[in-house]
Amino acid sequence: MFEAVAFYLFAFLTIAMFLVTVTTKNALYALSSLAAGMIFISAFFFLLGAEFLGAVQIVVYTGAVMALYAFGMMFFDSINDIKESVANPRLTFMLTGIVALLIVVIFTAPIVGANITAHYPIGISGEYAGVVVGNTQDVGLVLFTKYLVPFEVAAVMLLVAMIGGIILAGKKMDVSITEMSEREIDHHKTDTEIAKDIK
Amino acid sequence: MSITLNDYLILSTIIFMIGMYGALMRKNLLMLFFATEIMLNAVNIGMAAISKFHGDLTGQMFAFFVIAIAASEVAIGLGLLILWFKRHNNINLDSLQSMKG
Repeated sequence: MFEAVAFYLFAFLTIAMFLVTVTTKNALYALSSLAAGMIFISAFFFLLGAEFLGAVQIVVYTGAVMALYAFGMMFFDSINDIKESVANPRLTFMLTGIVALLIVVIFTAPIVGANITAHYPIGISGEYAGVVVGNTQDVGLVLFTKYLVPFEVAAVMLLVAMIGGIILAGKKMDVSITEMSEREIDHHKTDTEIAKDIK
Repeated sequence: MSITLNDYLILSTIIFMIGMYGALMRKNLLMLFFATEIMLNAVNIGMAAISKFHGDLTGQMFAFFVIAIAASEVAIGLGLLILWFKRHNNINLDSLQSMKG
């Protein structure tokens, strides 16, 4: 009963928030409602017994991704309403077709997968520890045995993304701040001026 | 009245449709990014639900990797978006036609 009430409440809230995100003209409203929707989605993860995933959802999305978007929006003129041209009806037709196909696939997938057995059952770490443990221990055990290589690849991918983000968004990459003294940084001198000073 | 796997999958489908509507209908690149995040989250709900109702942790693992991919996508995409805004002073999808053949 409690689960049903929580499910329908958060389902309504999430759908409402995401509808605001995709329909509003104001970029700040879209950002705020997207952040709210992300937090409401983490409620589903807690309902499903995936506590670690729920915590990661809050930390990564509302902590990192939303802060990054908010920072990025400082570069754009986000106060004004977004000017958009009206989409053509052929696009709507394509959208309907794709979604219909998608619904068929999503609703037949559980029937097709009904006789799949679990390789990594929930509570797998309890077999090793001898006691009943939580979801976080289960996740850690499976992530660092079976999915160790994808985990490392994901780490490299995040590193590449970080370097790419710094190089794309950073300016004056030809000046190395680490090689400058504090006085030079304060006076915002370019390296040609610094070279003259040394002479 | 208990919540079954189908309820979660229907919710996942609805949220994915909202995200796809946004991705196809919006012309602002920032809004397009928001719609992408919504679609990735919809898939995450579906995978976590299947993980619970099949009793297998693999679905949660894939959800973690989807979150990692979403984070790096935001970093690179926002960097490119800022670069584009600096040069062209708008982030409208219609202005992105320099590669038109």
